[in-house]
Formats: sequence, structure tokens, C-alpha cells
Amino acid sequence: MQYTTEPYHPHQFIDAEGALTMSLPQALQEPELLQSLYRHMVLTRTFDQRVVALQRTGQMGTYASCLGQEAIGTGIGYALADTDVFVPYYRDQATQLARGVSLQKQMQYWGGDEWGNYFEGIAHEDFPNCVPIATQVTHAAGIASAIKIRNQKRCALVTCGEGATSRGDFYESINLAGVWQLPVVVVVNNNQWAISVSRQIQTGANTIAQKAVAAGIEGFQVDGNDVCAVFDAVQYATKKAHQGKGATLIEAVSYRLGDHTTADDATRYRSHEEVNEAWKKEPVKRLQSYLHQIDAWDESREQALISESKKSVEEAVQAYLKLPKQPVTDLFDYLYEELPPALLTQKNKALAKQTTAQRGE
Amino acid sequence: MGMHESPDNLKLSNDAPDNVTAHIVTMIEAINLALHRAMIADENVVVLGEDVANNGGVFRATIGLKDRFGCKRVMDTPLAETLIAGISVGMAAQNLRPVAEIQFMGFIYATLEHMVSHAARLRNRTRGRLHCPMVLRAPYGGGIHAPEHHSESTEALFAHIPGLRVVIPSSPTRAYGLLLSAIEDPDPVVFLEPKRIYRMVKQEIYDDGVGLPLDTCYTLRQGSDITLISWGALIHETLQAAATLEQQGISAEVIDVATISPLDTDTLVSSVEKTGHCVVIQEAARHCGVAAEIIASLNELAFNALKAPPARVAGYDIPMPYFRREDDYLPNVGDIVNAAKATLMTSGERS
Repeated sequence: MQYTTEPYHPHQFIDAEGALTMSLPQALQEPELLQSLYRHMVLTRTFDQRVVALQRTGQMGTYASCLGQEAIGTGIGYALADTDVFVPYYRDQATQLARGVSLQKQMQYWGGDEWGNYFEGIAHEDFPNCVPIATQVTHAAGIASAIKIRNQKRCALVTCGEGATSRGDFYESINLAGVWQLPVVVVVNNNQWAISVSRQIQTGANTIAQKAVAAGIEGFQVDGNDVCAVFDAVQYATKKAHQGKGATLIEAVSYRLGDHTTADDATRYRSHEEVNEAWKKEPVKRLQSYLHQIDAWDESREQALISESKKSVEEAVQAYLKLPKQPVTDLFDYLYEELPPALLTQKNKALAKQTTAQRGE
Repeated sequence: MGMHESPDNLKLSNDAPDNVTAHIVTMIEAINLALHRAMIADENVVVLGEDVANNGGVFRATIGLKDRFGCKRVMDTPLAETLIAGISVGMAAQNLRPVAEIQFMGFIYATLEHMVSHAARLRNRTRGRLHCPMVLRAPYGGGIHAPEHHSESTEALFAHIPGLRVVIPSSPTRAYGLLLSAIEDPDPVVFLEPKRIYRMVKQEIYDDGVGLPLDTCYTLRQGSDITLISWGALIHETLQAAATLEQQGISAEVIDVATISPLDTDTLVSSVEKTGHCVVIQEAARHCGVAAEIIASLNELAFNALKAPPARVAGYDIPMPYFRREDDYLPNVGDIVNAAKATLMTSGERS
């Protein structure tokens, strides 16, 4: 039994070998849902690896891989209600995909174009990726405050890494969530590494989840490599928020199998042995094993899934590579609702400069 | 007192507006009137900050709001300035119109990351999908013998940030009108209130809910020899300097910049084209202040009209001193008069 402030107690349903450690809740006893979760994780990983390759060949900006943490993003994405508001950090590809932010749109963001943050559909109120660490947790608290002021039956869910829990924004937000009983769920992706700083030297707290105690909210750990555990915990916490019963801190324990970003080289600060051990607990394989055990998966489905995933990703990549640059006027047109006169001169200058540059090409 | 404690106290905008009446008020009372008016007009307007609800704010800017609008719309927050700015961004993205108070500008720096990296950029980085109609209010400036960290004028920090508006009233009338417009503005506004003049003068205000335009300078006095440009509390010294200069046969135009970013250069240029001379007066430290930007703009846009180099009257490039030496730091009427005469003399020598 891992850390919990109760009443929620499940920590893991499927272990690293794919064996059940606890009977699955009703919703997760449906093979179709488990298959969907599995497909989503495989698609996410296929996408993630392709984007890293694009970066290596100079066709993508610096990119933060989610390798090894597909279960967290997928579990959240499937558990969130359409009307909830998702406030990501920057390793949330799986959740964004589940909320209709297409692979192409996600590449557009990482590929250096603000239009990658122009979400439609159920994600239209979601925040874009948040680079300044932990600041997004306060935004989620603000969104949750608005939801509470308006007596709406929905919530904000925000993600951050374990490093973010060292920051004031994190503490200030969970403190507010406690005192105002906000409908907010904070999911910490504890992937053990904040670039090169390990979990052990990030905080003296035994767990991240126990930080909830000081804030007066419920907190617990789940196995972040078990998509069923993440899904169930997020469903529990969002339902609680919808019912006006306050905030929850979920520490999803996982491991960052990749570098921090494509600009990082993790071999500088951690051992191959450690990473090899972590690979034994990764989330995709264990669900596949479980699906095999319940006769809900086989090799032909696996092959079909791999080829479908590659095809979807490749179509998105080709569309991404064909995207034209946004008009240079877009750099000015969305700064304020109306462009201040002082900026009109600069906009015209940028336009003229761009025209010249294109002629020179 | 958390906002969940008495949700029944919520009153919304279907309250009938008060009869429009004239009030003779100080600037702080004008701000209070504007907040009431904005909250009556739009149920999405909420007020938050430290001590703003039960105590009505340490300067009483928010007095009466909680009783009238309830603690769901007037929120005492925990003592955390970063949080105040951050939750305002989240609320604004949900189309509330948060008006957040930072108790003194000396404590505003904890909000910088949210104002710079989020509030100012939310519309731009989502290409208009989300926007951030929030107001961050703070009393600023020296002259009231306040404790350490309570007297700074660091408005240039915010004026440097694309995507923000920085608005500074200098009278009860403009405090009322500009604050209403700031709250109605669909983009983030940093609204800095010169606390030295919170209770300095009274003006008659017609509480009609009509805002004054942002992004525009206010010409407070017409003149033909020299343009005196300032904002905030020093507008009063600047007007006094203009009166002194008049006695000496010099006709000074006085412009209250009011919105220091984005800057209304048209009004400034027109005035300087008429007078050929200008002095910019700021309480803030000289280096990289707003006066520097104004003068650079005038040099670029009105160089041919200038008969003498534009001059600056500013604070020294030192930290705001403790209050026993506060008056040695603050620009005064004599400084402005001297700078104006020196500027005019420069051109006299040239011609």
C-alpha cells in the first residue's frame, strides 16, 4: 500500500508483469475500454518517437518526449469529462490527443507556430502547454475558482512534474484549493527526474502526495505506469470535484525513459542500469500482457495496430511538413483585441521586410 | 474567510443601478465608486486580493463591496501575490473580469512571471482562442512616509512588456473613468494608483458608469512655449510648475500621459510640434524609465520641431530611500521649473 491520505486507496491494478494486483473497477472490466487505452498509448508512443526523429533531422524544434509516461496522459485523457478544463505542462501529448488536439496541431506547436495552440472542440477552453514550471497550477486554481463562482458541475485538471512541486506556485495553489475547496485535480507526473535533478535531491518529503496534507486536501500515490490506476484515480478525483467535495493531489509515479528534451543528454547524469530497470516497468507492455491474458489481444491485432498507428502519424507528419509559415501580420494581430496605433507602424514594417525577404529567396 | 462560506450572499447584476448622482470624492473614493459601478454592470467582474473583502482594502478602495456583492465576488485571498496574479489569469480565461489588488507595488514583483509570461501573452499565444481581461491594481509611489518597500515607482517594468496596458490616473475623475475602462478592456491592464494623491483633492464625479478612453494622453493645460509631460502624482507638481512659469511669462502645456503603454505618441508629437520644447517628469529612477522612451519617440517622430534637447526630471538611480530622506529623492516643483527654464535657455542660446 502506497501513500494515501484516504479515502481513496487503490494504488495499482496491473503490475509490471501484467498481472492483476487488485480486481478492476466495473468500467475497466470492459475489454473494449482496455483495448482503447492500449491503442491510445501505442499511438502516442509511435507519434512521440517520430517527432524525436523529426527533430534529429532538423524538421522539428526542441521537443519534450513523453516516452514511458503514456499511461498518465492516456488515463487522464480518458477519465476527463468533455466539459472539464485541461491545463497541461508539456509532456501531455496523450491527453491532448484524447481531447481532440490532433497530432498535426501538436507538431505545429513544437514546430514553432503559435497556431498549434489554437484548439477546437472540447479542448477549446484548455490551456496550451506551459513552459514556466508550475505556473499553470495557479491558472488551474483560477479556472476552478471561476467554475465554483458559477456553480458549474465541472472541474480543472492540471499536470506538472515532481520538480514543479518545489515551486511556490504549486504550494500557493494547493493551499488555495484547500481553503476554497476548489474543484481542481492536480496530477503530478513524478518521472523521477527534473532534467538532471533526481527525485531524491528535489525534496526531503518521502512522497509528493503528502504535500497535500499541509494544504488540507486529499492526496495519494498511484502507479503512473498502470493506465488503469491513473484512469480510476482521475475518475474518482474529477467526480469528487464535480460534486463540490474539493481538490485532490494525485502523485502518478512513473519514470522518464527519454531525455528531458531533445536538447538534453540524460546519459550525463544517470546510469544505463537504472534506465534498464525502469524499462521493465513501462506502461505499454504490461497492458498488452494483460490483454493477452484475458484473450482480448493477439499478434494480428498488434500488427494491425502498429501499422495503423504508423500510418496516422505519417499522414500527420506529411501535413505538418506542408504547413506554410503563418502570415507575419499574425505576430501583431493577436496581441491585443485591437492593434494600438503605435504598433501599426511596426506591423507595416514587418510586412515590408517579409516581402523583401521572400523576394530574395 | 473563504468564498465557500456564505454562497447565499451572492448578488448579481440584476440589481437596479443607483440613480446617477454627483459625488464629491477623493481619488480613493472614486476608485471605490468605479468598482461598485463595474460590479453592478457586469456580474463577471470579481474583486480579489489581500484584505479586500472584510477589511475593504488597507486604503479602503474596496470598502462596501463584499457587503453588497457577496464573498463569491469579493474574495480575500491567502497572502500570496503570485497566486493572486495566477488565479486572475485562470479566471480571466474563463471570461470573468477579475480586478486583483496588490497591496503595495513593492510586493508586485511576485506577480511578474504571471503578468509577463501569461497575462500579456495568452491571447497572442493562442491566436485569440483565449484572452485575459484582468486588471491588476496597486498603489504606487512615494511621499506618504511609508515603510520600506512601500514607496517605489517601477511602472517601467510593466510598460516594457508587449501585451499589457499600463494605466495611471492622476485625479479622481480620471481614476473613476480610466478604471471603468480598464475593467471593460478585453486585455490585461496594470492599473497603478499614485497613493500620495489618494486623498489629496476632491472632485465632483458623475457616477454614470461612463469610462474614459485608454491609450490616450490627456492635455490638462494648453500652452505654447514648452510641453511638460508627466503622469501619476507628479502631475500636481507639474501643474504647479506651469503656474509658476506663467507668472514668469512662460506658457507651458501640461500633458498627463495616463496610459504609459501603449503610448499615445500622436498627442505628444502634436504638442511638441507646437511648443518645440519639452520636459518629461517622472518619479521613477531615471535609467530606462518611461521618460526615456517618450523622449526617444519624440526624437524619432518630432526631431525637426525640437528647438532644444528634451529634458528629464526624474528620481535618482538609487533605491527609494527610507522616508526621512524621501523628499530629497522626489522631484519637486522647483526641479520642474528649473528644467523648463534650462531647456528654453538652451534653444535661446542656439538661435
